[in-house]
Amino acid sequence: MSTGTQTEVVMPQMGVSVSEGTVTKWLKQQGEPVALDEPLLEISTDKVDTEVPSPGEGVVTAILVPEGMTVEVGTVLAIIAPEGAAAPAEPVPAEPAAPEPEPAVVVAPQPVAPALEPPLQPAPIVAPPPPAGDGDSDGRTFVSPVVARIAAEHGVDPSVVPGTGQGGRVTKKDILTFIESGAAAPAPMETTETLPAAPSAPLPEAPAQVPTSPPVPAVLVARPISPQPQAADDELAPGETVVPITAMRRGVMEHMRRSVDTSAHVTSAIEVDMSRVVSVREQLKREAKAAGGVSPTYLAFVARATVETLKAYPWVNAQIRGEKIVTRSYVNLGIAVSLDEGRGLIVPVIRNAQDLNLLGIARAIADLAERARTKKLLPDDVQGGTFTITNPGGYGTFHGTPIINQPQAGILGTYALVKRPWVVQDELGQDVIAIRPVMNLTLTYDHRLVDGAYAGGFLRDLRERLENWSDEG
Amino acid sequence: MAEKTYLQAISDGLRQEMRRDARICVMGEDVGLYGGAFKVTNGFQEEFGAWRVLDMPLSETAIVAGATGAALMGLRPVAEMQFADFVSCAWDHLVTVAAKQHYRAGTPIPIVLRLPSGGGFSGGPFHSQNPESSFAHIPGLKVVCPATPADAKGLLVSAIEDANPVLFFEHKHLYRRIKGDVPDERYTIPFGQARVHRAGDDITLVTWGAMVYTADEAAGRLAEDGVSVEVLDLRTLIPWDRERVLDSVRRCSKVLVLHEDTRTGGFGAEIAATIAEESFEHLDAPVRRLAAPDSPVPFSPVLEKAFIPQVDDVVAALRELAAY
Repeated sequence: MSTGTQTEVVMPQMGVSVSEGTVTKWLKQQGEPVALDEPLLEISTDKVDTEVPSPGEGVVTAILVPEGMTVEVGTVLAIIAPEGAAAPAEPVPAEPAAPEPEPAVVVAPQPVAPALEPPLQPAPIVAPPPPAGDGDSDGRTFVSPVVARIAAEHGVDPSVVPGTGQGGRVTKKDILTFIESGAAAPAPMETTETLPAAPSAPLPEAPAQVPTSPPVPAVLVARPISPQPQAADDELAPGETVVPITAMRRGVMEHMRRSVDTSAHVTSAIEVDMSRVVSVREQLKREAKAAGGVSPTYLAFVARATVETLKAYPWVNAQIRGEKIVTRSYVNLGIAVSLDEGRGLIVPVIRNAQDLNLLGIARAIADLAERARTKKLLPDDVQGGTFTITNPGGYGTFHGTPIINQPQAGILGTYALVKRPWVVQDELGQDVIAIRPVMNLTLTYDHRLVDGAYAGGFLRDLRERLENWSDEG
Repeated sequence: MAEKTYLQAISDGLRQEMRRDARICVMGEDVGLYGGAFKVTNGFQEEFGAWRVLDMPLSETAIVAGATGAALMGLRPVAEMQFADFVSCAWDHLVTVAAKQHYRAGTPIPIVLRLPSGGGFSGGPFHSQNPESSFAHIPGLKVVCPATPADAKGLLVSAIEDANPVLFFEHKHLYRRIKGDVPDERYTIPFGQARVHRAGDDITLVTWGAMVYTADEAAGRLAEDGVSVEVLDLRTLIPWDRERVLDSVRRCSKVLVLHEDTRTGGFGAEIAATIAEESFEHLDAPVRRLAAPDSPVPFSPVLEKAFIPQVDDVVAALRELAAY
């Protein structure tokens, strides 16, 4: 927030579910000038990795959170003061013996009223000032019994859920919607991994860098990161190396574990003769080359056929929400994208995929994949998926059993397209062996919701659609 | 199946049972020659004779005591109070004798008390009460409060079959105002099974008797707000359908308990307490009660309207819950 003379840079809220972020890199150092909206630092959250543009213009007078540290959303990361501004550039040592500032001043690291909609762009949300005067009556502090129970069951911190009830209270609907949004990668309680090895507390030092100004001293409520790691784990055997767990990796870990604990995973597979798709694709490739435009990948064909098939199998596109089964008239199609260097996996979502034709889907996939790899995804891009496709076939694998992307009911795996001896019938109705491009598809489904016969029907119809690809596709 | 008024359904059900079972007899003030204060037993004396449709002296004590004795001797009396309010005159016989006889001496008392109850027509403090909770508190008595014609008939048959004293509260305001399809044949509706009057999943509204209609109209208004209210008609208070109520609460997580009886110690308190005990971790808002204030039922039509929960009152309570 701007105090008139200086601007605080806070950890932005990258989507409703994200409660904390890790500073991965400072692009400006203390004392360097920075322009408005100029990239200031890079952060990593369990949803997205992104750059944070500067919310103000001037000089970086203080960097309060070092690289590698994970702090809660809303925590002040740096101070920017106007160039040549009178006093504040001179960092005045904070009262050294003030490890426990008056509690009243401790700015809740959580933005008080996170917007319902995630921010459109990862610009830092300027933490709104705490509501004047009525700190106590902030309804968000009350958690109803049912919300507490759901939060505990899903490992969600209710204070990160946007509330629509009285006084901003988090209602049952709010938390269910939040969990359904796939957001609820639970806020981890221990974040030792990004700490520099030296356990000597960096925390008390940080405030010393802060130029004085009334609200500041409390700033570093950056969660006191437990400086006592499990001793046994710390001892490395020869040849072992420690790699810090990134927020992204931790999100993946928790998401995978929770999915396996939640759904009854079953995988069915089917073989698809892709001859027709191959020939249609060759044709479209030529057209794309000639006319310019997008050339659809096999994944785009499968995605298009999947979206169409889901219409007849709404429960594969459904969700178990509390005591209810919720189906949709739309498909928000997640496409699993792996990131380089084992940085993890992200599932950007094509919204309303049912409205896109083959080339529309091809374009959407290319766009999302590109932005996922270049860290340009917006929070909205990774939320609200209703069904997911994962495509490990590029590596030549021919079968797999993916894990469902909660809270969805199914995930489709697409595998390598290989030429195989294939029994077909010739014009005389006699069996002959032909060489056909064959692709394995798997549907992993939540057997609580989807029966085996239903899943089989889905795969059969999907194969039918691909083998007899129609040009309207 | 024919469309009948609530009153006609009770009358027909009673007549059908009397034709089937000679042990069933009717006792009450003016039930015979006059056909009952509300004409429920009109023509019964002509059909069944003066000994099975017995005009009694102006003494509720005598009616309930006489019915209790007749039941002890093997009959199945269905006694009528002209107004439910007057059953208090028979409190001792009902509560001290009828309710405890089976427990104390092993002899069941299969009597039914028909109790025209409820207000809404300016009947004043003696002719408008809903005293069901007083008797729900007495172990050994069963309490039935039908809201629809079909339920009234089926529950009356069950009440007559039941081996215990049953208080059958007939809401006077429903007598001729509510019509519905009623099967011609004999059927029973088991006690302790609530009826989903309107399905919903945002707020559970538990009620019974005439309030079912008030609740339904209010729920319709909430639907316009996009809030879906489930209206549960308990049908019987003793026993009451805890499972269905708790099940609905677990889905909706917000509850309004509505009754026409006064608030303090009303049966709604029992329901609210049970919900808090059994479903605490499913609640997303405090359990709300809406009931008449703790005062006698006023005579003045304006005051009576302020006294009995109206659709607007229910709408306001539901909106508060929805917003919570």
